[in-house]
Amino acid sequence: MPKEKKLCLSGKGLTKVFGLGRQKTVAVDHVDFDFYEGEIVSIVGESGSGKTTLAKMLLGLISTTEGEIYFQGAKRDISSQRKKQEYWKDIQAIFQDPFSSYNIFNKIDAVLLDCINMRGGRNLPYAKKVEMMTEACGFVNLKFEELTNKYPFELSGGQMQRLMIARIFLLKPKILLADEPTSMIDACSRATILDYLIQLRDEIGMTLIFITHDIGLAYYVSDSVYIMEHGKIVERGTADEVILHPKETYTQRLINDVPKIYEEWDLSTVTFSNK
Amino acid sequence: MKHTLQQVFRSGKFQLGFVIFTTIILTVIIYPMIITDPPLSIIGQGTFFPPGIYVSTYDAVNSPTTYTLNLRDAAAKRIANRLSKEDRLAMQEWLLADGVPASEIDINDTGKLLALWETKYDPKAKVEGMTFARQRYFQRVNASIQGIMSTEGFTLGVKNPESGVLEETGTINQSDFVNINQVPNVRFLVLGTDNFGRDVLTELISATRVSLMIGFIAGLIATLIGLTLGLLAGYIGGLVDDIIMFVTNLFTVIPSFVLLILISFSIGQEQRGAVTVAIVIGFTSWVWTARAVRAQVVSLRNRDHVNLSKLSGHSIVHIILTDILPYIASYVVMALILQISSGILAEASLSILGLGPKTTEVPTLGLMMNWAMIYQAHVQGSWWAYFPVLLTIALITFSMNLMNTGLDQVFNPALRD
Repeated sequence: MPKEKKLCLSGKGLTKVFGLGRQKTVAVDHVDFDFYEGEIVSIVGESGSGKTTLAKMLLGLISTTEGEIYFQGAKRDISSQRKKQEYWKDIQAIFQDPFSSYNIFNKIDAVLLDCINMRGGRNLPYAKKVEMMTEACGFVNLKFEELTNKYPFELSGGQMQRLMIARIFLLKPKILLADEPTSMIDACSRATILDYLIQLRDEIGMTLIFITHDIGLAYYVSDSVYIMEHGKIVERGTADEVILHPKETYTQRLINDVPKIYEEWDLSTVTFSNK
Repeated sequence: MKHTLQQVFRSGKFQLGFVIFTTIILTVIIYPMIITDPPLSIIGQGTFFPPGIYVSTYDAVNSPTTYTLNLRDAAAKRIANRLSKEDRLAMQEWLLADGVPASEIDINDTGKLLALWETKYDPKAKVEGMTFARQRYFQRVNASIQGIMSTEGFTLGVKNPESGVLEETGTINQSDFVNINQVPNVRFLVLGTDNFGRDVLTELISATRVSLMIGFIAGLIATLIGLTLGLLAGYIGGLVDDIIMFVTNLFTVIPSFVLLILISFSIGQEQRGAVTVAIVIGFTSWVWTARAVRAQVVSLRNRDHVNLSKLSGHSIVHIILTDILPYIASYVVMALILQISSGILAEASLSILGLGPKTTEVPTLGLMMNWAMIYQAHVQGSWWAYFPVLLTIALITFSMNLMNTGLDQVFNPALRD
């Protein structure tokens, strides 16, 4: 964990209400949070607890009903399309389902070129762009020469998710929001994806926000953990505090649902740069 | 893309529809190159000439070479053709009155009937209960039958312009023939003529072209409006969605055909050209496309690939064009095909009510039906004036619906065999 903690993204009384009157659903209910620079944070909860809604609000994809989000100390302003585009240079996401994350009509090159353009590389010579794309693909152990002129759906789920990480590698955002990035991936690829994500965090020093239902995974990777239940944050703290000494019954229940949570984790096999 | 096209053309239904439709389109393009007559020129004096080959009598008589063919059944055919139904019934009546049993008389067997007449008929015989006038009538029938039976030829005469006297120029014998290839004026009216004396086939092909054009314009307008409104309502959502859907729902509950009739009527006969009618049809039939496109866009709007595109800093226009439109393109093409065929049907329905394009400029399929109906082609049994039109409309809409179903099978995996 970084020595001096600098606030990166924080929220006060963040609320999202869907529908009106009787059909009103409070998806996120007065949530407060403080994410620090370079930290790995997990937001854990069951399905329907409002994790993804919270993520979309953080990304600015949906509006907030109430409450404020502060980005790097100042109130976040995404009132215009231009300001949103500026904001999205700093915050990026990886979605749950790699199969639906890509536009099936666009080639892989287009996906990666978009990122280079967004970082102001629009006028670079093409050879330079290829070099950058090759480097990004190399980071996640993909070969750009094999991917060029292919469509995303020709890849496997794990490869697609790695390509997603290559995209983040090119974008170098300050915050990465990973919404259950491994839940649709088979167990073998899962560890690889996580590994690449943590490596990437170390490489570009971004804040990594993990959204997951898997409390084991949260403990495995994060510095601090937020537990969400029915749109509310019921418990927050460092990973050790929350998982090893849970105060809320809901947290205990989540932990009990993971069968091997009390067994000793063999941490020697995993290289943790943050531990 | 290439792969999809291959799949589309492998669908049997699409193939059949495509072949029919292409045939119609090619006919519409190629026929006017060969037959260059204006489609609305009136060639026949009189109404509803039946289909057939029309040979100029004047040219046939004046044919430079005549051939003599002695055909065995020529006389029988000629007599059978010239003996009218009326004469046959009169003969039957006399023969019955004369006491011939009904079972022996067959008015369709010309040879037997004439033979019976020859043996039985006696102009002087007095049949009981028959008036003198009726007897005179039968004498006249007999005279005309004897005329038909005559083996004499015709004498051709030309009036001398100075003296006014008829001068004999030649004779035509019953065994004289002309070769149809040597007659300069022969017109094959495949579908006869209509009530105004116009060639139905030429008119039909021109009408098909105009109707297809009306269908295309109407379909394009309807699809364009529906697509734009659907995309806006579905993608932007919120208040824009509410307003657009309010208007769309208003149009949904008003029967579009009633609206079409009212608008066409208020435009007035003089202002209604084919294009105007097409535009009116287009502006009244976009509703279902708008609703369907909106529904599809709403479900696409929250997909991850759209979110990713937003995060990549793309503008709304870019997202709609590259992340939404390609996903609904197949549906829109199918909607367009259906809109074209329903546009053609709407024009036909309007025209048959007399609210179609004005009648003096171009024919349309609907107008041809309207003319046939007003001049009672169906009462007179002139099937050629309306049946080919019906068949054309049916073929166009059938082929388009087939193509639509074929496309549906390719694009909708649930319907694949």
